[in-house]
Amino acid sequence: MSGIVIKNLDVWFDGKEERVNAVKGTDLYVAEGESFGLVGESGSGKSTILRALTGLIPTWSGEIDVAGEKLGRHRSRQFYKKVQMVFQDPYAALHPRHSVDQFLSETLRLHGFSDIDRRIGKLLDDVGLGPAFRFRYPHQLSGGQRQRVAIARALAPEPEILLLDEPTSALDVSVQAEILNLLHDLRRAHNLTYLMVSHDLAVVGHMCERIAVMQMGEIVEIMTIEQMRALDPQHPYSRHLLESSLGYKRQPD
Amino acid sequence: MTRLDVENLWVKFPTRNGIFDAVRGISFSLGEERLGIVGESGSGKSMTGRAILRLIRKPGQVTANHISLDGEDLLKMSERGIRKIRGQRISMVMQDPKFSLNPVMTVGDQMMESYMILGKNSRTEIKNKVIEALKAVAIRDPMRVFNAYPHELSGGMGQRIMIAMMLIPDPDILIADEPTSALDVSVQIQVLGILDKLVQERGMGLIFISHDLNLVSSFCDRVLIMYAGRIVEVCAADKLHEATHPYTRGLLKSLPRLDAPQERLTVLARDPEWARAESVSGVK
Repeated sequence: MSGIVIKNLDVWFDGKEERVNAVKGTDLYVAEGESFGLVGESGSGKSTILRALTGLIPTWSGEIDVAGEKLGRHRSRQFYKKVQMVFQDPYAALHPRHSVDQFLSETLRLHGFSDIDRRIGKLLDDVGLGPAFRFRYPHQLSGGQRQRVAIARALAPEPEILLLDEPTSALDVSVQAEILNLLHDLRRAHNLTYLMVSHDLAVVGHMCERIAVMQMGEIVEIMTIEQMRALDPQHPYSRHLLESSLGYKRQPD
Repeated sequence: MTRLDVENLWVKFPTRNGIFDAVRGISFSLGEERLGIVGESGSGKSMTGRAILRLIRKPGQVTANHISLDGEDLLKMSERGIRKIRGQRISMVMQDPKFSLNPVMTVGDQMMESYMILGKNSRTEIKNKVIEALKAVAIRDPMRVFNAYPHELSGGMGQRIMIAMMLIPDPDILIADEPTSALDVSVQIQVLGILDKLVQERGMGLIFISHDLNLVSSFCDRVLIMYAGRIVEVCAADKLHEATHPYTRGLLKSLPRLDAPQERLTVLARDPEWARAESVSGVK
């Protein structure tokens, strides 16, 4: 069985005096080929779930099954092929002194591919950049182009699952539309499963089939996109979040 | 009533490849209203805000026929004169409180500092005023915040402190440059509520710079849409969705919408003609 199954996940950070429980007793199921969204305010634990999944945070307990593999303290090489992540800030995610070519070939080499040259060409085509971008450095790329390179990097090991951590929040709306379209097409073409974190409900509404609303480390509600579009959440916090995202309403005096 | 009147404003930066025009001859006026300026990064909206307060550093150049505040030309003022305007008659709130507050001073101390520059009130009087100002921006526990350092507070709290601080001298005009972009949606709405109340109660003019079209259309009275350093369209904020310029239409269409799901989003196709067209006047 593929997809992501999370049972009773706790993630914590040990401080000097106290322990911060960032994620508390969370259950989550993402089916193969599904696109699932996590929404909530900053500090609600949505990115923490992604980071615990990829192994960037060692302090967690509970059960995580990803693409049929049960995760422990150490992840297999296979795991990192299957699961890849795209980060929020394309300006910070690329090494400033590595060209696109170096950046992609390093990833490919580390994952043990041999026909690197052909694969780089293919990856750049896939993300709509083309060969002209191959020897450019990050400062020669716009924000949207950098995010395309970051997505190409994530696609390099031919993953099944992409973890998307606010992939468009640093971009202008017109560029956001391009990247969202690209992600939409890639999911079709490569049969990918998405777990996407965003604070923008309209973006999640566009990309995902189901969403989980998080508050203070807990999932308060899981709803389908139809429920969200009908503005019919059950939990008061989800309703509050949804109403806030619709824009400013003047308080009657 | 017009408070601020800007005519033919240019902001230029010399570069290795010649002069780059960040703002290219825009004119607009501001009354007791909420004026939104929207556009993408690089459209010149922030530069416009900064140019009004003469905050563009050399080698950048600001030229205009006039930038007048109640009839007085800010460009002709001495450096000493403009310092009397900055903060006191025209205030500015920046995007990120993390970079605007002093990290090694308590919130109370830095807020008191801005009062002390103003007058000769005693420390206790000033402290009371600061507590009042914190209460005015809906901070529930002002004493705790007063004694806290910026890193001990959340982003939303920091932004409210910035607003409280900017409002201490009771300015005529507030320039808010993406004041809520770093905040969560629900906190965003709270901060906007505070700004809104202040505009209404104090008859302040507000310039609200943002890239968020939905937010601007729900919050402001009038909107200037900027593209490549020029104003391409001016419209009433609640009529923003009926905007006619292809750039504005393109931006609106590229936004994903909850109420109108679509398979793929429309990507904005840029017409070089937009950048060449003359700036539209934003004078009311």
